[in-house]
Order: sequence, then C-alpha cells, then structure tokens
Amino acid sequence: MTRNAQQSNRLTQGGRIDRSRPLSFTFNGQTYQGHAGDTLASALLANGVDVVNRSFKYSLPRGIVAAGAEEPNAVVQLGASEASQVPNVRATQQALYEGLVARSTNGWPSVQRDLMGVVGKLGGKLMPPGFYYKTFMAPASLWMTYEKYIRKSAGLGRSSTESDPDIYDHQHRHCDVLVIGAGPAGLVAALAASRSGARVILCDEQEEPGGSLLASRELVDDEPAEKWLSAVMAELSELANVTVLPRTTANGYHDHNFVTLHERRTDHLGGTAPRVDGLRQSRGRMHHVRAGRVILATGAHERPLVYAANDVPGNLLAGAVSTYIRRYGVMPGQKLVLSTSNDHAYRAALDWAEQGKGAGREVVAIVDARANPQGDLVAQVRRLGIRVITGSAVIEAKGTNRVTAARVAKIDLEGFRVTGPVEELSCDTIASSGGYSPVIHLASHTGARPNWNDRILGFVPSLVKGVSAAGGASGTYPLPEVLAEGREAGLQAASSCGFEAANIELPQVDALSEGEACALYQVPHEKTALRAPKQFVDLQNDVTAAGIEIATREGFESIEHVKRYTAMGFGTDQGKLGNINGMAIAARCLKRTIPEVGTTVFRPNYTPVTFGAIAGRHCKALFDPERYTALHHWHVERGAEFEVVGQWMRPWYYPLQRSGGGERESMSEAVARECRAVREKVGILDATTLGKIDIQGADAREFLARIYTNKWEKLAVGKCRYGLMCKDDGMVTDDGVTACLAENHFVMTTTTGGAAAILEWLELWHQTEWPELDVSFTSVTDHWATMTITGPESRRLLAEICDIDLDRDSFKFMDWREGRVADVPARVFRISFTGELTYEINVQAHFAMHVWKTLFSHGEKYGLTPYGTETMHVLRAEKGFIIVGQDTDGSVTPEDLGMQWCVGYDKPFPWIGKRALTRSDTRRENRKQLVGLKPKDPAVVLQEGAQIVFDPKAPIPMPMVGHVTSSYYSPILEAGFALAVVKGGQKRMGETVYLPMADGTTHEAEIVGPIFVDPKGERQNV
Amino acid sequence: MFLIYCPYCEELREEPEFHAKGQAHIARPQDPEACSDEEWGDYLFFRDNPRGIHHELWVHAIGCRKFFNITRNTVSYEILETYKMGEQPTITAESLSRDDKTADGVQVADGGQQTVGASDSAVNFVRGAKV
Amino acid sequence: MSNPSSVNLFDSRADLAKAESPLAFSKSRGDLPAVSRDSRVVVRERPFLGHLILRGGAIVLDEAVREELGINLPGRPQGLTLDASGERSIQWLSPDEWLLVVPGGEEFNLERRLRQQLADASFAIVNVSGGQTLLELEGDAVRELLLKSVVYDVHPVHFPVGKGVTTVFAKTSAIVRRPNERCWQLVVRRSFADYCLRWLLDAGEEYAIGVELGDESRGAMP
Repeated sequence: MTRNAQQSNRLTQGGRIDRSRPLSFTFNGQTYQGHAGDTLASALLANGVDVVNRSFKYSLPRGIVAAGAEEPNAVVQLGASEASQVPNVRATQQALYEGLVARSTNGWPSVQRDLMGVVGKLGGKLMPPGFYYKTFMAPASLWMTYEKYIRKSAGLGRSSTESDPDIYDHQHRHCDVLVIGAGPAGLVAALAASRSGARVILCDEQEEPGGSLLASRELVDDEPAEKWLSAVMAELSELANVTVLPRTTANGYHDHNFVTLHERRTDHLGGTAPRVDGLRQSRGRMHHVRAGRVILATGAHERPLVYAANDVPGNLLAGAVSTYIRRYGVMPGQKLVLSTSNDHAYRAALDWAEQGKGAGREVVAIVDARANPQGDLVAQVRRLGIRVITGSAVIEAKGTNRVTAARVAKIDLEGFRVTGPVEELSCDTIASSGGYSPVIHLASHTGARPNWNDRILGFVPSLVKGVSAAGGASGTYPLPEVLAEGREAGLQAASSCGFEAANIELPQVDALSEGEACALYQVPHEKTALRAPKQFVDLQNDVTAAGIEIATREGFESIEHVKRYTAMGFGTDQGKLGNINGMAIAARCLKRTIPEVGTTVFRPNYTPVTFGAIAGRHCKALFDPERYTALHHWHVERGAEFEVVGQWMRPWYYPLQRSGGGERESMSEAVARECRAVREKVGILDATTLGKIDIQGADAREFLARIYTNKWEKLAVGKCRYGLMCKDDGMVTDDGVTACLAENHFVMTTTTGGAAAILEWLELWHQTEWPELDVSFTSVTDHWATMTITGPESRRLLAEICDIDLDRDSFKFMDWREGRVADVPARVFRISFTGELTYEINVQAHFAMHVWKTLFSHGEKYGLTPYGTETMHVLRAEKGFIIVGQDTDGSVTPEDLGMQWCVGYDKPFPWIGKRALTRSDTRRENRKQLVGLKPKDPAVVLQEGAQIVFDPKAPIPMPMVGHVTSSYYSPILEAGFALAVVKGGQKRMGETVYLPMADGTTHEAEIVGPIFVDPKGERQNV
Repeated sequence: MFLIYCPYCEELREEPEFHAKGQAHIARPQDPEACSDEEWGDYLFFRDNPRGIHHELWVHAIGCRKFFNITRNTVSYEILETYKMGEQPTITAESLSRDDKTADGVQVADGGQQTVGASDSAVNFVRGAKV
Repeated sequence: MSNPSSVNLFDSRADLAKAESPLAFSKSRGDLPAVSRDSRVVVRERPFLGHLILRGGAIVLDEAVREELGINLPGRPQGLTLDASGERSIQWLSPDEWLLVVPGGEEFNLERRLRQQLADASFAIVNVSGGQTLLELEGDAVRELLLKSVVYDVHPVHFPVGKGVTTVFAKTSAIVRRPNERCWQLVVRRSFADYCLRWLLDAGEEYAIGVELGDESRGAMP
C-alpha cells in the first residue's frame, strides 16, 4: 500500500471514511487535510501530528491515547471565531468538518516548543502531590490571588467573551425503555424491547451507532459486522415506537430513572449551527428523559498499563490502535510494540500486521505479561510469525516528542519486580492493554457502589431498581455472550413494563477462545517508582504512581482522600482511564485488595456539557416569564419605567418629556409630580397585580375568621374589611382587603408577590385541618383588572362615567358597589392605600383598556395623572401603611406593628397565630416595633436597611437596635421620612436614634409615630 | 428528579408539578390555649429527620392542587407509597422492621429504621410507585 | 351553598366592541410570523370564550351539567368531554373541580341555570372568562413543539383525544388538552399569555410556526 502524500499515516483503503470528500482543517495554525467520517483525532493521526497538547501540571508533550470519550490528552479549544469558541472538546469525539479550527488547550506559545515545559520538567520534582494544598494553604486569604495565576498557567480552556450565536433547547421525553449505548448489546436490547412493543429511546454518543462493531474482526452471520449493523439500524429507524438519538451522550443519571441526554445536533456540521431552509435550529439539545426501565449498554474502557514514560506521544491504547486502523484507515505509526495482560489486545497487532503489510509497517513484538498465553488470537499471531515475548512487559518508553524505543524485561507479577535483563526494542508506537473497565459512571450517579469482580478484574455496576446493564458495561466481553445479554435485558425491560416478550433470533457469531488475563496495573521498573521516570496513572491531571505511593505513605488511606490529595479522576476526565490503576496502586501500597480499597464515586457529567444546553431557551427574553396586566400596552406607550414584582411588570413611574424636547424627568421629579397629583387632584394606578381569591361556601365566613387575625362575623354584604394574616408562629405573613359580596361569598385580596403562596396556604388549612368546612377558593387575579383612582377629585371624575350613586353617605368608605363604569360591568370598592378619597374599579380584564382610556378621556380636566409603584410606596408610607415583606420580614407580630386594633383576641376559634402571640418570646418587652423616623436634617433620606443604634459613641461592635424598613423623600412634607423597627420603639417616641453609615457619617433621627400625613384619617372620608 | 404518583390524579407525574411541604401527620393541637409554651414550640418548630422511612406532606401545586402524603426512603430516595389526606400509611419504619427483616434487599437496622434500599415486597403493593 | 342569593351573581361581560384579548399586546408588536405553506405548526387564539370553574361533588354536578349541556361530567381524572358541536367542553381538573368552556356570552346564563339546578347542594361556580384564553395548535409538528414546552408525556398512547391536564409549561403552567384528532389546546392565564405565545413562537421556529389571526381577535389599540 502507498501512503497518501499529505496524510502520511492514511491507508489507501479501508475504514468508514468517505475518501471522495476531502476536508481541510486547522490545528494550532497549521492547515491539514482529512476526510468526511474522520474525527479530529483520526485526522491528526493521519497527518502524523504527534504532540497535541501539553500536560496540565508538568507541561509535558502529550499525544492521542484513545479513540473515544476516555481520551485524556487531546482536549482542544474549538472555534474559528471568538463567538463560537468551545473549550474542553475531546478531539476523539469531534467530527471533522470543512474549515474546523482547533487549538491545544494547554501550552502557550506552542505545544512543540513550550516555555512551561522547561519549568515543568524541573518543577516536576518540586511539585509533589498535594503541592497546591501544601504551598497555598496559608494564608487562606491569599488563595484568591494564587488561584488566578494557577488557573492561567494550567490552561483549562476558556469560554467565549462574546455572545454565543447558537441556540440550544430542551425536550421532555418519556419512554418505557431507555437504552444507553448502541454497541452490540444496546442494539439487540433496543430491538428486543421495541419488537415487544415498548416505547424505546436508543442513544449513542458517537458519530455513528455500532460501538465495537465499527472496528470488529468478528463475522456476524458470516458477513462483516457492519452489514448486520446496517440491517438493525434500518429496522430500528422504521419502527414508530423507537427514537434513535445519535451523537447523544447520557450525561447524568438522576432519581427515579430520570436521565439527561445531551444531543450534539450540529457539531459535526460546522462551528455554528447552519440554518435549514432559512430556519434557525438548535446546535445542542438536552433531552430530559423519564424512563420506565434503563439499560446501560455503555461498554468498557480499556485500561492502559502504567509503565515509565507512558505519556510520551506514541503510547496508545491497544483498542484505539485497532479503531484507528479499521474505522478510520489510519495507522498511527510505523513500528509497533504491544504490551498486554490479555488476549483481546492481540487484535491490535493483527490489524497492524494485516493492514500495514507492504507499507513498511511492522509489528516488532508482542510483550505479554503472562507466562504461557494461549487462545485463538495468540495462535493467529504466531501463524503470522510475530515475535511474542512472554512473562514480560514494556517497563519504559524512550523518546521525547515521540516514542523511539520500548524497554522490555521479564517481570515477576507477584513480587512486583523486574527479574530479567532489559531489551530495548526500536519502535515508534507502544500499544498497551491492562484489561477492561466496564463504564459504570452512570450507574454510580445513582449512588450505587460498584462491586469488584475478580474474573474480569474490574468493577461492575451494582444497580438500583429499574436499571440493568448488558455487554461490556456488565463485564461481559465475548460477542456471542454480549448479544445474548442484550436480548435478555431488552426482553426483561419490556416485560417489566407490561409488554409481552417478542421472539428475537440472534445472529450467528463464532466464539473465539480467549485465555485468562492476568492482573497487571502498574508495571515494575528496575528503579523504585519514586526514582524511575514518571509512571502516569491519570494523564489529564498528571497523577503518577509515585504520587499515589507518597499519598498513602503520608497517611491518606481512604481512596476518597487519595483522590483529593492527588487530584486523580478530577475534572472533565472523571477517572475514565486512570481510576482502577490508581486504586490498584493504592491497594498494593496499603497491602490491601482492590475491593478493600474501594472506588471513588463518579459524578455527572460523564463528559463536559456546554452551559448553553443546560440553559436551553430559558435565557434572554425568555429567561423568566413576564406577566402583563391588560393595561400593559398603555403603560409602554406612555413611557413608563417598569419594576418587576413577582414576575409582574409593574409601572414604576411615568417620566414625562420636558417641554422643549429636552430630557425626560428624573425618577425623583416624576415621583414628586405624581405624589402631588394624588394629594391635590387625582391619580390612577394599575392595581391589577394584587392577588384576588374568590371564596364561596356556607363556611366562608368561619374560614376567614380562622385564617385572619381579626373578626369577620359581622361584616355585612356590601362592606369591605382590612385583614391581617399570620402564620401559626404569630408572625405577619400577608394582608389585604376582603369584601363580602354575599352572605356566602367573599373576594380576598393579597399582596402581589404573595398571591400564589396565600392561595396554597388557604388550601393547606382547608384540606389538611378543616376539610369539614364548606368553602372553596379560586384565583380570580387574572379575571379582574383593577384600576385605582385616588385623590380629592376622584369622585367627580368617576361620577362622569359611572351609574353608581357616589354620594358620600350612600357609598361610604369601606363599602363596595356594583354598577357600570364606561358602560362596562364593574365592582367598585371604596378603600384607600393612599389616605385619599379612593375608588378601586374592578372590571373583567378584557374590558379594562376601554375603561382606562375612558377615564383618561374624562380625566384631563381634573388633572388625572397615572402613577406607579414608587409613588404608591411614598403615599402609603406617609400614612404608615405597611407593606408585608418590606416592613415585615417573618419575625414581626401584629403588635410589633402597633396593629392590636386588627387582632380579635376574643374570637371563639383559636385562629391561626393566636396561641403564639402569648408565648414568652412574643410577649417579651423590647421586641423590635414599627415606628416612624424623622431625620434631623430634612434633606436626608435614610438608607433602607440602615442599622440603628442608641449610642453612636459605643465601642464597635455597637449594639444594633433595629433597622430602616422603608424610606422616601416626601414632596408633601418636603423632607425625608422613614419607617423602621426599633427595640421597644413604641415607648421611645421623641427619642433620638443614630444611623452610622459605611462612609463614616452618622445620621440622627427622631422616633415618631408612623403616620406622617393626615393622622386623623379625614381625607379618605371626604 | 422524582416521579410522584398523585393519588388524586391517579398518575405518575413529574416533580416540577409538586411542592414539598415538610413532615406529614403534624396535627394542630385541638386546644392551643391548653398547650404549654414548650408544647406549642414543639408543634411549630420541631420536626423529625430520620435516616430511612419518612412521611412527607406534598401538594400537586401545578396539577390538581391537592395535598397528599408520601412515604419516602431518605437514603435511597425511593417513594414507597403515596396516600390521600386523612389516610394512614401502610408502610412505616415499624412495619418494615416487623415484616421484612428477611426480605431481599432490605437491611433493617435494629433500631427499626431502614438503612439501605427497599424490599421488592414493599414496593409491590405500593400504588403506582413504579421506580 | 344554601340558596342562590347567598352568592353574588354578576355578569361581568360587556359589549365585545370594548374588549381586548389577552394577546392584544403581543399582536400589536406586529412581529408575529404568518402561516406559510411550510408551517408545520399553526397557532390560533380562541379569545373571549366563556370559562367557568365548577366546584363540588361529582354526582351532584354531573346531573346538573347533563341537564344543562347534555354532556357527562368527566368523573375520571384528566377527562375531557365535548358536546356534539365541539363548542362546549368540560374538563376534570381535580376530584372536586372542573373547567367548563362555552361560546363567549353563554357563560352567565349557564352559571345562573346551573345554580338553579344545584339549588341547595354544596358547590361553587366562578367565572374566570377574563382571566384566561385558549390557544389552538395544529399541524404535524405540534407534538415535537410540546416536547420542548411541557414536562407531561404527550405521546398519543399516553395522551389520547379526550384527555386534559394541568402541567408545567416552560417556566409557568398551562392546561393542555386534546379535544379532537385535529388539534391540541392550551388554556393559559391572561397575564402569562404573552410569555406562552413567545415561548411557542421561539420553540416553533424550526417548524416554521405561523400565527393565524382570527376575525374575532382584535389587534392593536386605536
């Protein structure tokens, strides 16, 4: 075979790539060619790129090791433009596309000639495990400073500084059976479950389904496995009850079979999602899947052997070598040495020998740790005349930027030592295999601890209910058994969901006999681990065998502590390659078995997930719902500034354009104007957002008496009453006006933010304590629009468009009447939150805009002025009206507020909150009580939240006796004023308190009553 | 994220539709005035936090708006049973320690509290707790 | 509820010429995508319908509803029943709560007649017509659109015609129902209607979603 001129390692035939579609891409500024069907990793290997990164801690050159999600080194930064930057992409998982641009994550200014590398190699000895803890532990206050520099030099990738041009979305999916992994086990499981009638989702993280079949040597039904694979995929895609999700990683396995699947929908097409027929599509999609049963068919990861300098580029996993040759037509070197503990890995040598024949490629030797390997694959290798060195292992790799030789020696497995002379074999590639670890990450997300299995020398998942594992994931590797296990899992899952198991015939696969593997993790060296060249366990986090040895020597015996001390299995790697080796080393050092040492727990996410996919479309304009009243459009056109209150967009104030085309009014100017308009003429507020609850039933009145602190038995039809609501701890939780619409019919208003919670509160008491009461609650907040007109001119204005008799003696304060306003049916309430003459007009929301506009068409001559929440706050505070949640904080009783008038101590039923009001703590003198504060300097507006002290000369920390709850400038008083809670405040009228501020100044204020305007309450009764 | 069987909707529903409301079966004293401050304080503020079986009050807030009870294992997060207001649980820490000491998958500590997993037999007669 | 006068029966509906639908503001922005040949989802508002909440025991209410509307009260959870014309429906919301949706203008008389029928029974009826609106979704991609929007399982096996549920919709809630094979319906609260529509339009972009503006829905303010 001849070599492709540009792609020196590309075989002229074979592989699943499309040779008719060349693609060019850029890596670290250099342009290369690859083919459709390549991953970035296979294309880099095809082009002979050895060094793809610098290591995290020691800055050593690193090459591609694996061919899948377990790749620790080839982690790149992707993106042609600033906006499309994606960090932490595994080159082994990134499909090649035309124009792809990638850079190494670590290693500035270049991976080939790295400045840090020099420091790293020297620093290696200076950076033992626990280096960061030991060096930067104290003083703790400096960690923030250290961290910045450590992160910068570590180079963990970076996110874009620009807004992501792509969109991501979510889907909520439900199925009977979720099959994770479309290798042989998963495919058969999906087939078995779906043919039985179950709703099936089959997901696979790779570019195409098939798993190990894509690089398999086995014949299925006497044909290459790919043929069977295509037939199965064709059937699955035809079935209406199957959803196949390619390029979709199951990242997290949560409670009750809730699994998050991350689908990369367009990552294989380009740096940003292309449009389809001009329509935007999401780049990534998070599927929130609720499954009846889950089948883990996630396969197994091959374990590398831990030998000296096993991190030099050219050291690969044996299985990865096979995958690159068979799937991508790439031979990642010239001369191979294979070091193995098992038969399975012999495939790599066979593939290398068969495909590399005539291309100047050779298998130098197979180094097998077992004394007498036997089995079909071993026999095949011997037939090809390949040298097999038994009872030995590669103990060290030579080379800097690429392997140049393998040092091989006889080893004693039991004694953990080198027993024979060292032979140096010239080669450029070392493939190693220390066995296989089932991919148990998802199973361990559920909290289930895995079990060690001595037969397969790996942890197998222990499973919670509703989940099974099949094939490699359960430690079953021979293909015929894998298929049988997949069928069993699929049928069982379907039948436990209530489906009748279908008949599934498995394809014919010849079983290969394989000899038993031996347990080999760390390979002994002539020198001790501490003196030998570094033997890497976790390549991504630069954890070495020596590091683990030191950790155990320093007393870190729990594997969880070893993990944290060394950083093994941290971060985006999650221990995919290194964890078992690390545990084996810890076990050897601690003279324990691996199951005694145990394993650490893997966490979500299995591989990194972009934040965009987590957020989905819950961002920007759709980040949080905006609730609009029926009058919203008018407020917008009027130029209102808005304030968000419990998701409602409420007009905050309405700044006017200054005459002459100048700037708009400032907030304080607008609020002053709005306040004066209400006190002198008439203002109007959109009060729709107040919670409104319709209460009907023969026991409605009794219920109100139990839930409110005050009395309701005598409230007549046509009347309204203010009510105060406590929790059973006696603390105020809500307030509002409730109107008696009929003998068994009331409408309650709640605070804007508390509406939903109060409805749930009423339901709680009715459903759990007093189900015998005949009463029901229905939210009518959205049904009614509420417009508050308030001010001395409000009666004259309303009279123009209303058929209700507004005479002050027939429609009194705290009355409500029904009639028509602007020819729309309305309920009008004469209640007041401003202290002025007020009418609250309630109409069905559909008709609110008409009524509002009619009021304005009549209101000009009265100076009708719209006002917002800020003015509402100033006006109510001038009257000493509290706002629950602002002047209260869940620790304030009605008496603390001076609202004893609103408490019916002698009501017959022990109403909610009553008992607590006689507890010793609520009776205590010196509780914080609501008072007014008058700043000594009228120009001062105190800060809300400012702490109050009695003695400003007291040594720090001064005893704090309360705080400001509400504070405004009053255009009526022409002074600042405030509400506050002060210890024993109600008995301290006239005393001076002090408010020391952060800038060193101290304000003085006088304690006064909380009512600043019209203390006798005459204005609302005009 | 839990999957919860609403005994009123008679269906398994997704957790975002529900609000958790704390420990179940906390009855308000009939005559609060007869309670000492300490008794009233216990009623208001003190709740169990068992390792194992816990009975909880939930509400199907975005659904039928009904309150109901859940018997949940606080270790495995398994929901063993849901039942309407006014009903009593059929599965309790005591019933499990009495009946299921020998059942597969159950390890009942001497104190009577379930420590790991839940028995198949316990799950089989749970209405809807398909987990 | 002992006698009809013990509640305040109030017809809050006015002349529709004075009405604005909950989506009036959304429509006024003028950026709603039109229906095209490629539209795989069409959304239309059915504004100003009569919406009544019915509370009480199923047996008592069933008789009254059958008498007045000629249809059965769905007694099973998630049930949705329609009359022969498909214009009147009643949906199970909770063991003691149902939603009646009738052509706009019928709701007040219906409430009055039901109250007469029910007389001394224990029940409640609340008119919520102003507080919610009904959206209809039609097209072959509606189910995919709903997958993006609600946590409830909308697979036809699990969600056949004649079912309705209250569930989580994006970051708020909605009633989702299937009155017939042709369409799905969403009942959304008035104040959230704009958010829900914007969510649907965003999620439906890849299906070339279009909004059908009916004659009865009035647009921008004069």
